[in-house]
Amino acid sequence: MNSNVTRIPTTIALTLALVSGLSGCGGNKPAEGGAGAGSAASPAGGGGGGPKPAGGTILIGHYGSMTGSEATFGQSTDNGIRLAVRERNAAGGVKGKTIELKTYDDQGKAQEAGTAVTRLITDDRVTAILGEVASTLSLAGGRVAQQYGVPMISPSSTNPAVTQIGDMVFRVCFLDSFQGWVEAKFARETLKAGKAAILYDQSQAYSKGLKDYFKKAFEYQGGIVTTEQAYSGGDQDFSAQLTTIRATKPDVLFVPGYYTDAGNVSIQVRKLGITVPMLGGDGWDSTQLAAIGKDAIEGSYYSNHYSFQEERPEVKNFVEKYKADYGRVPDGLAALGYDAARLLFDAMDRAESLEGKTLGAAIAATKGFKGVTGIISMDENRDAKKSAVIVQMKGGIPVYVTTIEPPQ
Amino acid sequence: MTKFLQTLMDGVAVGSLYALIALGYTMVYGILQFINFAHSDVFVLGAWISYTLAVGLGYAAADAEPSVLAAVGILLAAMAACGAAGFTIERLAYRPLRRAPRLNVLITAIGVSLLLQNVGQLKWFFGTQPQRMPSVLADRVLGSVAGVQVHLVDLIGAGTALALMLVLDRLIFHTRLGRAMRAVSHDTTVAALMGINVDAVISFTFVLGSSLAAAAGFLYAMKYPGLNQPAHATWVLLGLKAFVAAVIGGIGNVRGAMLGGILIGFIELFGAAYLSPHLRDIYVFSILILVLLVRPSGILGRAVAEKV
Repeated sequence: MNSNVTRIPTTIALTLALVSGLSGCGGNKPAEGGAGAGSAASPAGGGGGGPKPAGGTILIGHYGSMTGSEATFGQSTDNGIRLAVRERNAAGGVKGKTIELKTYDDQGKAQEAGTAVTRLITDDRVTAILGEVASTLSLAGGRVAQQYGVPMISPSSTNPAVTQIGDMVFRVCFLDSFQGWVEAKFARETLKAGKAAILYDQSQAYSKGLKDYFKKAFEYQGGIVTTEQAYSGGDQDFSAQLTTIRATKPDVLFVPGYYTDAGNVSIQVRKLGITVPMLGGDGWDSTQLAAIGKDAIEGSYYSNHYSFQEERPEVKNFVEKYKADYGRVPDGLAALGYDAARLLFDAMDRAESLEGKTLGAAIAATKGFKGVTGIISMDENRDAKKSAVIVQMKGGIPVYVTTIEPPQ
Repeated sequence: MTKFLQTLMDGVAVGSLYALIALGYTMVYGILQFINFAHSDVFVLGAWISYTLAVGLGYAAADAEPSVLAAVGILLAAMAACGAAGFTIERLAYRPLRRAPRLNVLITAIGVSLLLQNVGQLKWFFGTQPQRMPSVLADRVLGSVAGVQVHLVDLIGAGTALALMLVLDRLIFHTRLGRAMRAVSHDTTVAALMGINVDAVISFTFVLGSSLAAAAGFLYAMKYPGLNQPAHATWVLLGLKAFVAAVIGGIGNVRGAMLGGILIGFIELFGAAYLSPHLRDIYVFSILILVLLVRPSGILGRAVAEKV
C-alpha cells in the first residue's frame, strides 16, 4: 500500500509531462522556415534564416489553424503571408530590416488561439500580428492583442464583431453584412429564387451572423425564407434537418458553413433527392470542398474574395508567383493572407515608429491600397469596403461567375 | 409514416455502430474496471485505415468498379490492423500499470488517446485534411417502402454490425475462451489460481474490442463518406455517445452494450426528427443522467457490492 502511495504522484507527473509534451508538439508547430521547435520561446533575433539583415529583424506573428478541421484555412493563409514576406525581404525589407515571421498553430480552437496570441506577444515580442480566418478565433485572439496594444490584422474574418473589439484590430476582407447581401442579391436576381431554405452551423459565430444577414437581405429583396435549420460543426448526419427542408420545397439551399460540413451536407442533400443549387459563403473556399463533395457539390455557388480567373494584373502576378512557389492555385485565403501582410508592410513604411499605437494609426490611415482581392481602404470601423465575386463549382474547381460591387 | 420509417432505419444503422464501439468499452471495463479513453481513437483509426486502403486499391478513381470482395477485404484488414493496435496499446501502455492505482491507468488512457490523435494528423499518416471515403460498395437503392428508399449500404452496414454482435455473443457465452474472459471479469485472482492465463485473456479482450471498433469505423465511413480529419472533436463525441451506450446498458455487460447502442441511436435520431435537431446531443446525455439517477447499474447491469 505504501509503495502505491508514493508511486501515484510520480506516475501522474510522468503522464502529465507526456501529455503536455504532446500538445506542445501539436499545438505550436512552426511551419517551414519558422524558428524554434516545440521548445519555442526563443527571443526575436534567435531564429535566423533570413537573408542579408542590414539592420536587424522585425518579427511579426501569425496564428492560424495549421491542423484541425479547418486546416486548409491556416495553411493557405500562411503560404500567402510567407510569399509576401519573401518578396519584401528580397526587395530590401522594411526600414532596412529583415521581416521574420513566426507561426503558431491554434488547431482551430478558441482557447488555443488566445494562448497563441499571448505567446506571440509576451514570449516572442512581435511587432504586429496576422490572423485568424475563423471569426470565433479572431475574437479570442483579438481580445488579447487589444489588451496588450499590439496591432492585429485579420486577413479573412468576416463577422462584424471582430473589429468591434477595439482600435488595435483591423481586417482586409469584407463583412458578412455585405456578403449576406451579395448572396441574397445573386439568389434573387441571377438564380431567380423566390424561396430559400437555410442550414447553418450553430457553433460558429461566422455561420450564425451570415445566416442572419442573408435572411434579412433576402426578405428585404422580396424573397421568402422557408425554414432555418441548424447543425453543429462536424455533424455527419443531417437527415432530420434536410427532410424538413425538402418538405418546404425551396428554390435554393443556403449553407453558410465551412467546407468540410458543406461537402458532407451536399452528399446527403443529393442522396435525399433535393436537386436545387446550394449557395454558400467564403467558408467554402478550399480544395477539400470538391474532394469531399465530388459530384454532389457540382453546380453549387459561393461568394468569395477573389477568383484566380480574374483578369486584373495584381491577380495574374500573384497567381503566377504562388503557383511557382507552392505548385497549386491559390485560394481566397492565400490571397487575403498575402494582402494582409503587404498592407502591414505598407503601413510600417508610412509609420514613424513600429510602436503599437503609431503602427495602428498608420494601418487605420490606409487608403486605396491595391491588393489582389481588390482595392482596400480602411473605414472608421477599421473594416475594408470591397467587392465580392461569385464562383460556381464546375469539374471540381470554382469557376468565376460575376463580381458584385458594394452599394454606394 | 415515411418520416417514422426513415428515422427507424437510420436509428438502427447508427445505433448498431454505437453498439459495436460500446462493446469495446464494456469488455475492457468488465475485466479491468477502467475506462479505455483511447478506444474511440481506435475507432477513428479503423475509419481512416479503411479510407487509406480503399484509396490504395484505386477506388478513388472515377471509373473504379465497386466490389463486395474488396469491401470484405478492407473490412477484415482494418479489423486486423486495429486488433494489432489494440494489442500494442495494452502491452505497452496498460500492462506495465497492472498493479498501479486505477487513476494512473485512466490518465495513461487519456495520454494514449492524445498520442493517437496527434500522430494521426502527421503527414505520413492521415494528414490534417478531411477526405472522401471512396465508394467501395455500389450504393444501389434496393427498393422503396412507403416512400423510404432502402439503400444497400445501410442494409449491409446494419447487417454486418448485427452479425458481428451475434458472433461475439456466441464467443463469450459458448466457448472456453469466452468462459475464461467471464471468469477473469468475475474475479481476476481466483481465475489466475484456476490456471487461466490472465494476461493472455486481457490481451485477447483488447484485440477483440479494437477489431470491433475498426469494423464500426469502416461501416461509419461507408455510411458517412465525408471523413472528418483524425483529431476532429466529432470523433470524440461519437466515442462518448458509445460510452454512454455502454453505461446505459450496464457497464461490463456485453448484451447491455448492444441494447444500449441501439437505444442511443433511436433516442438521438427520433429526438432530432420529432423534437429538434438542435439539441440532438442533449437527448443522449439527458438519458444518461436519468439512468444514473434511477438505475445506476444500467438496464441489464446487476448491482454488485463493492468488495473491500
